[in-house]
Amino acid sequence: MALTPDEVRKVGTLARLALSEDEIDRFTHQINDLLEQFARLQELDTEAVEPTSHAVPVAALLREDVVRPSLPREAVLAMGPKVDPWMGGFIVPQVIGESQ
Amino acid sequence: MAELHDMTAAQIADLLAKGEASAREVADAFLARVEAVDPKVRAFVTVTAEKARAQADAVDAKRRAGEPLGPLAGVPVALKDNLCTAGVETTCSSQILRGFVPPYSATVVEKLDAAGAVFPGKVNLDEFAMGSSTENSGLFVTANPWDLKRVPGGSSGGSAAAVAAGAAPLALGSDTGGSIRQPASFCGIVGLKPTYGRVSRYGLVAFASSLDQIGPMARTVEDAALLLNAISGHDGRDSTSVPRDVPDYRAALTGDVKGLRLGVPKEYFAEGVSAEVRERVLAAIEVLRGLGAVVDECSLPTTDYALAAYYIVAPAEASSNLARYDGVRYGRRTDKVGSHVELFERTREEGFGAEVKQRIMVGTYALSAGYYDAYYAKAQKVRTLIKREFEQVFSRFDAVVTPTAPTTAFAIGEKSDDPLAMKLSDICTIPANMAGIPALSQCCGFDAAGLPVGVQLMGPAFGEETLLRIAHAYEQATDWHTRRPAL
Repeated sequence: MALTPDEVRKVGTLARLALSEDEIDRFTHQINDLLEQFARLQELDTEAVEPTSHAVPVAALLREDVVRPSLPREAVLAMGPKVDPWMGGFIVPQVIGESQ
Repeated sequence: MAELHDMTAAQIADLLAKGEASAREVADAFLARVEAVDPKVRAFVTVTAEKARAQADAVDAKRRAGEPLGPLAGVPVALKDNLCTAGVETTCSSQILRGFVPPYSATVVEKLDAAGAVFPGKVNLDEFAMGSSTENSGLFVTANPWDLKRVPGGSSGGSAAAVAAGAAPLALGSDTGGSIRQPASFCGIVGLKPTYGRVSRYGLVAFASSLDQIGPMARTVEDAALLLNAISGHDGRDSTSVPRDVPDYRAALTGDVKGLRLGVPKEYFAEGVSAEVRERVLAAIEVLRGLGAVVDECSLPTTDYALAAYYIVAPAEASSNLARYDGVRYGRRTDKVGSHVELFERTREEGFGAEVKQRIMVGTYALSAGYYDAYYAKAQKVRTLIKREFEQVFSRFDAVVTPTAPTTAFAIGEKSDDPLAMKLSDICTIPANMAGIPALSQCCGFDAAGLPVGVQLMGPAFGEETLLRIAHAYEQATDWHTRRPAL
């Protein structure tokens, strides 16, 4: 069940990567190589096996519901590549009612 | 007196306790060593000399005031650059995080800071800890101190190279599929991946959350135990950290392995493991037998499938964890901003390196509609099989002994065009991550080219004390750990 370049392009869209044609070509080969490796797992009978999502089971622990300070807004905004410190937000291209 | 940079953390702590050196002298000695060797080794992404000196001065002031000092007070610890450090750039060796200065520190960093440790700087890794050589670093490649034309291993290659080069007596690494143990093996030092949940992951930039674990890297087993003491324990900020008492790991170093049952799983000595590695590891097993350990063969047949399952689970989790890098809240943003979707796509395309993109692609595909059961769910079931198999083996054995990596350090560039060959270098280390169990690598000799060989000990969950005890006994009986690369 080999992937085609078009399918890889779709995966790129899902992953939000603007891949070049070269990359699509390379990833098609590399992913198909890996899928061949993955196919080997079908040799194992896992019909009656429960999946392990965490190796060391821990009961869900609830933290005390205590009001604590969070990071100050200025400290969070200081990390942003483009911010509006007066409005107190991150600047992004128009999302709603896009004209393009 | 030996040079400070040749000393172990325990020896340095002892000197400081006796007042024979100040923390400032220690910090200056290691910063001078960084200046002398790092142009060749290139382990450091960021040197934080000022911060280190300030931390050292604070330790000295405390001592003058007669305040109690922790066992790591004044001891330098290099930090892998995927550990968040408040006020200090944390790059993950990725262009997408260039310039990222976190507003908080990882729990392990806070704990070490509180214990009085001194941070000389942040060290290199394969981008987002994805790789086995540091060649995937988005910044530069680190060299192996034993042979500068070879890789130090990865992804914690900067941590391993820094310790082997004497640029720091201790370092923290992180291990998702062998990223502490394989570089420890390539650089001839001790590296321990603790049981999943032993150490808080809060502030560790996430790669594969169900596999990642932070652990100590050091020149000796005693030093690794000291560092593990300082970083272990439950943390309310990491719900997967385990609420379980932390023993004094140094107290486990009794030197006595008489009667301990050691399993030798034959699958780890199969084709692909170089003759020299096999020979050195078997010789190490004979040393342990000579010390009174009871050695027997065992079998872990699912080992063969661990690599394939890992290369589904790890990329799947990575694709999800790395979705947060969108050029909006932190890190770099593309200059070519169009629509908001183009902002995400171009930022990610420009910011991530080839290996990271490949894994995001594999993971996205494995989690996409219609394929989840065939890949991710199947891999998680295989994981259960791997885990069960280890549990069965550990009902008969206290630990198992294997090579850490199938070969010694390879040349820079040798495998960078062959992703599959690169991935095979993790074949002996991945199963411990899949099962969540602790595993340790230490030096057990050198090959004909003078490169270190690593032996790996794996134990049942929370069996760190036994692993450290065995490794310490082996270290006492041999002198590999006293050798230093000529730099």
